[in-house]
Amino acid sequence: MKSGSNLEKVLAAGHFSVTAECGPPRGADPDVVRKKAAFVKGNVDACNVTDNQTSVVRMSSLAGCMLIKEQGVEPLIQMVVRDRNRIALQSDLLGASALGVRNILCLSGDHQKFGDDPQAKNVFDIDSMQFIHLVRLMRDEGIFPSGKKLEGAPKFFIGCAVNPFADPFEIRVPRLKMKATAGADFVQTQCIYNMKKFKEYMELAKKEGLHEKVKILAGVTPLKSAGMGKFMRKMVAGMDIPEEVIARISAEPKEKQAAKGIEMCIEQIQELKEMEGISGVHVMAIEWEEKLAEIIGGAGLLPRPVVE
Amino acid sequence: MITGTPKPIEEILEMVEPYDNIILAGCHGCVTVCRVGGEKEVQVLASTLRLAREASGKTIKIREVSLERQCDPEYVEQMRPYVNDYQAVLSIACGAGIQFLAEKFTTTPLLPGINTGFLGVTERQGEWAERCQGCGDCVLHLTGGICPVTRCAKSLFHGPCGGSVQGICEVDKSIKCGWQLIIDRLKDLNQMDNYTKFKPFKGWSSARDGGPRRIIREDMI
Amino acid sequence: MLPCTGRIDESLLLKAFENGADGVMVVGCLEGDCHYVSGNIRARARVKRVYGILDTIKIGPDRIRMYNLSAGEGSKFAAYANEFVDRVRELGPSPINLVRSGQVHAVSQKEAT
Repeated sequence: MKSGSNLEKVLAAGHFSVTAECGPPRGADPDVVRKKAAFVKGNVDACNVTDNQTSVVRMSSLAGCMLIKEQGVEPLIQMVVRDRNRIALQSDLLGASALGVRNILCLSGDHQKFGDDPQAKNVFDIDSMQFIHLVRLMRDEGIFPSGKKLEGAPKFFIGCAVNPFADPFEIRVPRLKMKATAGADFVQTQCIYNMKKFKEYMELAKKEGLHEKVKILAGVTPLKSAGMGKFMRKMVAGMDIPEEVIARISAEPKEKQAAKGIEMCIEQIQELKEMEGISGVHVMAIEWEEKLAEIIGGAGLLPRPVVE
Repeated sequence: MITGTPKPIEEILEMVEPYDNIILAGCHGCVTVCRVGGEKEVQVLASTLRLAREASGKTIKIREVSLERQCDPEYVEQMRPYVNDYQAVLSIACGAGIQFLAEKFTTTPLLPGINTGFLGVTERQGEWAERCQGCGDCVLHLTGGICPVTRCAKSLFHGPCGGSVQGICEVDKSIKCGWQLIIDRLKDLNQMDNYTKFKPFKGWSSARDGGPRRIIREDMI
Repeated sequence: MLPCTGRIDESLLLKAFENGADGVMVVGCLEGDCHYVSGNIRARARVKRVYGILDTIKIGPDRIRMYNLSAGEGSKFAAYANEFVDRVRELGPSPINLVRSGQVHAVSQKEAT
């Protein structure tokens, strides 16, 4: 075991794993996180806590991790390199590990232009690829990148994100391979709606043997409405939502669209479960955590396995 | 070249408001080429300021000068014989030139007449674009001659990020994704193996993060 | 004498105002008919820039205007000249000339903005 995290154990035991995410609040109220944790608890193997996603200021991901951990949910800390230089990143890694966070997702982070403070200085001292390398170095070699020895190496199950749908398509799999080589143990993908293209991506990844090197968790996001799908397609860079997906949810009357979105998400998870090379799903129910049990249970993935 | 944009007239008028006797100094270097601080711009700005000031009832005397370069001591020294006859110097050279004047003429207030931009190129008449951040550790041989530090909004070394859509950066539709450009170029050059190489952490100490930089060439001294 | 409006630059136009002009009329050849290919097009851009400057510093942008004429359009020239002079008369003396002649108090650039 590299980290001994629950997620790592579940995956190592060969189970189809489930992760979800909690976005910390735009304020200091811990109860918001606790409430979300209650919806997540028992339904996942680990729960991501986002790090100022879209550059919108929120409670820190480490604080969010501790709050859900207190509620009995295994945290998965997201860390972006946008706001922290290598000094702060190393320090936060040590802190998170010391507090018992065992899973990490290494991200570059959205550009600050999209958030509260577009005038902020961006850091990007190292990029997400180099960040993965940094965590692996500290964990496996027990050294800082400076070469100095650590007094106790941090223990992390190292994750990265990939977007199989971003441009240019031809470097998508080589990039995943680079991330795996840099030290990623698992990957969570961008929300998948275009299953055809994702299968194409997986075929290429399997040809490289990447599904054996790194655990691939397929990202899904239930649509709350046809409007949400249209909005995401238009506003989120690299979001590939095929017309037939929008058409299917649009065919429902407004009040039934949410239920349809959940139904579609469950179908999708079931399909992903049968795909070779997919080790789990990452369910991003954005501000809809209360539906997690319904979705994950509906896909036949409950109760979650307990692995010692 | 070093590029720049004129400061708004209102801002310059406010800066020169306390003075009635100034030097307006242009530069024949980069700022002449990018049409923001050369001899012509000196003439236009001087006329503009005189007109505005006279219309407001408080005339201003302006000595118009254009130095070969404001960033070289031999040219800056040309101002020394008369600089003390004036209350201030308004310079429309780049920030380096303005500071060099300030450094040489310690008792004269220096006022910036332009906002200095970046190290860039003329893409077409009237349009300039950034190409270099002077990071002090060039990697262009690995990236198809396109700088990831400058051309990627996140300065990624293993780009592009998920925000690259059909070659356009998510930050602004007018920005081409630097990494898409790099990949296209590497493919053309048959150098895609450079792309898949892991690039170690960049040393930023040779960039401005290491503090104000200095180049000493012993062989030239 | 200028050989072509293409020789005019912004500082020349501004100098005219400094020297006491209440208005400046720039008359170039018809567009597309420039002996030097694009002299009058360049002049138009420069006049436009000066228009902007005069507006910013409250001298009044309408004190400058560019007209295009062919050499054979004498009567049109006269009509344009009369039109422009009438317009400048309507605007009255430039603020510079008002200040110089002591007729009014100066316009404050600050208040005006």
